[in-house]
Amino acid sequence: MSDSHDNGHEAGRSTFEVRVLRQDSPDAPSYWERHRLAHEPDMNVTSVLQRIAAQAETIEGKKVAPVAYDANCLEEVCGSCTMVINGKVRQACSALVEKLLEDHPDEIELQPMSKFPVVRDLCVNRRRLFRALEKLEAWIPVDGYYDMGPGPRQSDTQQELSYPLSQCMSCGCCLEACPQYGKVEVTRHPGETDAEFTVRENATYDVHFVGAHSISQVIYYNMHPTGELNADSRLDDLMEPGGIQVCGNAQNCVAVCPKEIPLTTSIGRAGRETTKRMFRKWFDQ
Amino acid sequence: MANQKVMIVGGGLAGLSAAMKLAELGVQVELMSLTPVKRSHSVCAQGGINSVNDVTRQQGDSEYLHFDDTVYGGDFLQHQPPVKEMTDWAPKIIDLMDRLGVPFNRTPEGFRDQRRFGGTLFKRTAFAGATTGQQLLYALDDQVRRWSVEGKVKLYETWDYLGPVLDDNGVCRGVIGQDLVTMEIRAFPADAVVIASGGCGLIYGRSTMSMVCTGAAASRTFQAGAKYGNAEFIQVHPTAIPGADKLRLMSESARGEGGRVWVPRKPQDPRPAKDVPENERYYFLEERYPKYGNLVPRDIATREIFNVCTYENLSVEKDRLAVYLDLTHIPKHTLDIKLGGILEIYEKFQGVDPREVPMKIFPAVHYSMGGLWVDYDRSASGGLVPGSPKNQQTNIPNLYAIGECDYQYHGANRLGANSLLSCIFSGLITAPGIVNLLKGSKQPAESLPSSLFDGARKEHQAKYDRLLKRPSGGENPYLLHQELGHVMTKAATVVRLNAPLTAALATVNELAERAERCSLSDTGHWTNQNVVFTQSLKDMFPIAKAIVQGALARDECRGAHFKPEFSMPGLDGANPAELKRQAEQWCDRFEANTQKWLKSTIATVNNGDVVLSYEDVDTSLIPPRPRLYGLVGADIIEEVWKSRQAAKSAGAPGNGATSKPAAKPAAVH
Repeated sequence: MSDSHDNGHEAGRSTFEVRVLRQDSPDAPSYWERHRLAHEPDMNVTSVLQRIAAQAETIEGKKVAPVAYDANCLEEVCGSCTMVINGKVRQACSALVEKLLEDHPDEIELQPMSKFPVVRDLCVNRRRLFRALEKLEAWIPVDGYYDMGPGPRQSDTQQELSYPLSQCMSCGCCLEACPQYGKVEVTRHPGETDAEFTVRENATYDVHFVGAHSISQVIYYNMHPTGELNADSRLDDLMEPGGIQVCGNAQNCVAVCPKEIPLTTSIGRAGRETTKRMFRKWFDQ
Repeated sequence: MANQKVMIVGGGLAGLSAAMKLAELGVQVELMSLTPVKRSHSVCAQGGINSVNDVTRQQGDSEYLHFDDTVYGGDFLQHQPPVKEMTDWAPKIIDLMDRLGVPFNRTPEGFRDQRRFGGTLFKRTAFAGATTGQQLLYALDDQVRRWSVEGKVKLYETWDYLGPVLDDNGVCRGVIGQDLVTMEIRAFPADAVVIASGGCGLIYGRSTMSMVCTGAAASRTFQAGAKYGNAEFIQVHPTAIPGADKLRLMSESARGEGGRVWVPRKPQDPRPAKDVPENERYYFLEERYPKYGNLVPRDIATREIFNVCTYENLSVEKDRLAVYLDLTHIPKHTLDIKLGGILEIYEKFQGVDPREVPMKIFPAVHYSMGGLWVDYDRSASGGLVPGSPKNQQTNIPNLYAIGECDYQYHGANRLGANSLLSCIFSGLITAPGIVNLLKGSKQPAESLPSSLFDGARKEHQAKYDRLLKRPSGGENPYLLHQELGHVMTKAATVVRLNAPLTAALATVNELAERAERCSLSDTGHWTNQNVVFTQSLKDMFPIAKAIVQGALARDECRGAHFKPEFSMPGLDGANPAELKRQAEQWCDRFEANTQKWLKSTIATVNNGDVVLSYEDVDTSLIPPRPRLYGLVGADIIEEVWKSRQAAKSAGAPGNGATSKPAAKPAAVH
């Protein structure tokens, strides 16, 4: 039953070590730092980071600032706390210390995601991920928010197909694992306003790969009876630079998705539909 | 409305629905959020969203019954016109969310499926698996993204709200915000400000709430002069999974889909749950509440689970409090389709498959019914005047509050699946009211003298600088937070007693003073989470005090506020005559208590102290009546109560809905 926790405890694991790859700011060098923590039952990596913040002292007894990290829901539905834990990209909240120590005794290693610019320590800037959703028109184009009766009727089979795709929490695991998704860092020029910087940042992101998460979202919206009304426009977006053609079919994305979203199925379908769309456009000319 | 704009603080369901509706109405919107809005706490809502629907309507349901269930479940502590308006809108809101693409579960014929939730006998709840909040939030996030591409909404994500900017007349003219990356403090002029910052569960240390739910934004507004209503009404959810960092919610939908709560009759029976034979299981909710069974309102389920584990010593574990929540009798495929999301959470965090083994759960702090006081404009028919700038406005002109951080809809106890509704509803109705407010305002905030904004910005900057420069060797903010959580959880959750509450108030006051002496372990100027946490910790205290003071003062039992010293036990008379006499006494006492305590607690901050006063509640539509779920002798009390009501209405004109004068001057009667 649920007493596996106690077994680990009885094995005499009173403390364990955490190695964190830190970086003070985007342009500072990164460095490793070690912390030792007392073992408590039911710990996850988020509670490890909470303890590190409270003790703020390294294994060598040096006083340090708390490790910066993102976290919110702590139940793996918000996507905030994504990081690389013992070499694997995942959410810190659902990474249970007991399990991590079973696989890799006495030490846990934490790093920020490598495909996004580091803000500080384990915090990264994932704005590019949301920009892809803007570029691909990831919304249902309703007329407005006045009462117009219910939405279109849909079969339960249809719901069972679309629901898994709708669970994407934009965490970025699929992008971290993707060999085609490279890091893009846009830094602000001196004197540049917020608005000018955003325009330049968007333009830069828009020519780079959109990634599995957003390709899957195109399929999700194109499946919906109302979303389908501008399916072609989304497919056209997907054929622009940085679109579906960049996918190298490594299939890493689907292996790391914490929500087990069938990303490669979506990519396959998007490939077929963009091809059909291309032919249709030729014949229409 | 040229150059006018609205600042929304918070990007959950309430903030996003207000943003999209304002954008549709042509208003320029800015929205400030601690996290990217897609990661807001609304994603944690699981079970569903309530409304009367075509099926329940034919079973006798109506908007009025949804309204009645909500006020009865809330023990009559909420003003009735806003609740009536909300339940009238509910079917339209679900239709709208359906159009926005929320993947609601479907029936074989293609209609939206519905399930049953607590506090009602109808299947009123539409749902998208067990991640309804996440799906609703994403649909709204999509719409706001669309407006943001068009330049109608500007998002300030990873910004903290430090407080409102008030002019010399006390009118809100904008906010001060802090960039959580660069730590820049900036003034944002705005012609209306909407606080949509959610609940305050972190005051209790661990709860079902997310890390951003510190209550700091509401508290900063409270400290700036806004009234805070019914703080002491904190919902403790009956079923959560205990954890070291968080108490993870196990949705009421688990019981809505047939989940059963039980303990072995033999205390701490060592056998695995599945080996305990049926006749040795104590299904205590079903036995004690045959009508509602496992779906009694939350405050009642919570107290029963708490009592079974503590006073009756029937916890399933020796050193930890828990009861079984059992789904193992339901077919696996059904569970996966309807509850997949929450079962995965249990499996991931507990390492046990709840389809095979009953879950172990215990109550946890979950929702704040109380919050910022907001106004409403009552219509002739008893609902709200559409487009009135009064709706959802705080006592600070031009400053609004919506969603969980307002006190308006849930009274003393919220019914399951009503929170998503109240968040979206309050967001949507605020928008046209603000449009009318802006039409009547003469000078755009942007054109006001810059000294107003500079002054406010400098004040916050100085406060921040002082905190950064605190000498080392002082208090540790993280440890103080643990202490605060401990004292609040012990004194102000399921069972409340005056002696421990008095002691808790002294401790909270002492912790608040110690929090002024915090030292920071990070004194840098880049992504300094240490200072941001310490700032919000300090702002937890005014609300913590309001909760404890409110609970201490309120000598009665109402909804989630349970004080056994003042409870009204059931009847134990040996014969019908005695029972009748006891029922009369019971009703006398109930009426006296209603006179004395059917009032909103209103907290204000005065020279740093939290001061309480009371306001009447508008119960002009549904007269208050005893909440009798499961009480011994309920049928006799109900009989006596009804004959009294009949006698009263015989002597009064109209339909008898004259129990109390309306709190506000009603426009028409």
